[in-house]
Amino acid sequence: MKITRAEVEYVAHLARLEFSEDEKEKFTFQLNNILAYVDMLNQVDTTDIEPVSHAIALNNAFREDVVEDSLNPELSLANAPEARGPFFRVPKVIE
Amino acid sequence: MELNQLTIHELHELITKREVSSTQIVQSVFKRIETVEKDIHSYVTLMKERAFAAAADADKRIREGDITPMTGIPVALKDVLCTKGIRTTCGSRILHNYIPPYDATVVEKLKAAGAVFTGKVNMDEFAMGSSTETSCFGITRNPWDLKRIPGGSSGGSAAAVAADECIASLGSDTGGSIRQPAALCGVVGMKPTYGRVSRFGLVAFASSLDQIGPFTKDVEDCAIMMNVIAGYDSRDSTSVPLDVPDYTAFLSRGIDGWTVGIPREYFIEGIDPEVMEAMKSTIAVIEGLGAKCVEISLPHTGYCLAVYYIIAPAEASSNLARYDGVKYGFRAGDGRDLLEMYKKTRSAGFGAEVKRRIMIGTYALSSGYYDAYYKKASQVRGLIKGDFEKAFTQCDVILTPTSPTPAFTIGEKMDDPLQMYLSDIFTISANLAGIPGISVPCGFTRRGLPIGAQFLAGHFEEGKLIQMASAYEKNANLEKRRPNL
Repeated sequence: MKITRAEVEYVAHLARLEFSEDEKEKFTFQLNNILAYVDMLNQVDTTDIEPVSHAIALNNAFREDVVEDSLNPELSLANAPEARGPFFRVPKVIE
Repeated sequence: MELNQLTIHELHELITKREVSSTQIVQSVFKRIETVEKDIHSYVTLMKERAFAAAADADKRIREGDITPMTGIPVALKDVLCTKGIRTTCGSRILHNYIPPYDATVVEKLKAAGAVFTGKVNMDEFAMGSSTETSCFGITRNPWDLKRIPGGSSGGSAAAVAADECIASLGSDTGGSIRQPAALCGVVGMKPTYGRVSRFGLVAFASSLDQIGPFTKDVEDCAIMMNVIAGYDSRDSTSVPLDVPDYTAFLSRGIDGWTVGIPREYFIEGIDPEVMEAMKSTIAVIEGLGAKCVEISLPHTGYCLAVYYIIAPAEASSNLARYDGVKYGFRAGDGRDLLEMYKKTRSAGFGAEVKRRIMIGTYALSSGYYDAYYKKASQVRGLIKGDFEKAFTQCDVILTPTSPTPAFTIGEKMDDPLQMYLSDIFTISANLAGIPGISVPCGFTRRGLPIGAQFLAGHFEEGKLIQMASAYEKNANLEKRRPNL
């Protein structure tokens, strides 16, 4: 087993997801299969190989520091599930 | 022939001669949509009213002599591209009601060129899939056999072009999502070099792999679409500030004296025998045109899928953290507190495949596992990129099958994620290396299912791909067929 059911629960929490008991079972099984498959990468000797995070690496893509139009508050809030005044409304954060 | 069956360049000729109007073309496309859409379900959102208004506008420009090769041409957009004022869902419940306040750069560019948008087309949820079966709006069917999948994730884009429900379309390709459905639906699909086309307004899946590209009925149309969408954009800091050639200039140059690499690692067990046969005929056609086919090696090919299934989910888990029920999209009924609201929203808003990938990605990036998974995968990615750099010192382009099999049946691979992932085995490497690829039709199976050939070239060598694919297309003498709908 690469990943246990308890780890699945922990990772789900990190990802802000929750699962039913059936789903936990299924995901534990499927994630184990996938992780067992990717284990083949350990056959590759990567000593001194630089990791590649972008195939075409551009460094410091700067642009001129010019003020441009941005979304106005009405448009920014237009898709909000809940808004009040110029704010996004969320359930309480602090007790 | 109906107008909706023609290509961009054929329609453009009729338009410039004033023999047809954009309005007539759009009418013909919507008549087709009304007839076949119930069987195929390419579209998630139709833009009929806007399309006719845009066509009238295009007709006015045409009368004034203000004509580009795209003026008045009906184009469908994958529902992962932001369209101002038009719902953009990514096939997901979590974005089912999202109306972008801006257009993607590619949408802006096509609009400016006079294209007419017919609607938003179906896709696997968040572009994660190879069959267009995970959309929250239901499946899309392959026009060549309604019991089969159209490929994915841009299945709607491919099916709409194959069924003549639009003239061309745009899709996105993270691991093969343009090329694989193009092959399975018998149309041309190109994934440009990473950075060639702006990703501004493309809803992110895996940011180091995603590229936007065209689906067309032939290679000339592919060149025309590329001419419009390619180029640097200051709003995408990963787009590359390089000049864009006129891709149509590559169409009739021929390939005499070229060297075509045939990677031995791509001709493996598990390839459908009819796909293998089609590849052999393709090689014969190419050699007949004066090109030399040589065996090459891409030694790390066997690791591509494993690398991809760490890197893509890792980037996805980070990109999809933004769907929290606060700023846009779906929110599940108020939780007791913020944390509960997040969890309920994301659990109800995402489908199973998206959750699976978020889980893999979160795990691979989590404390204690980062080096073992993400770093290791990124290192092997470097080796894969190196394989291609070496190969392109020996050949001009590389030829492979686009997909190991023709279209599979609906439901066949839904319960086995790894089997589903394997259908992208020949396309993923191009995304990891950032190189461009094109899929062109290269024949049919005996059951009448399309087969695609994939050509790959070095960074920013889309012109070579168009030159190669166009020479092949003109000389392959493939039977002209249309799906029987």
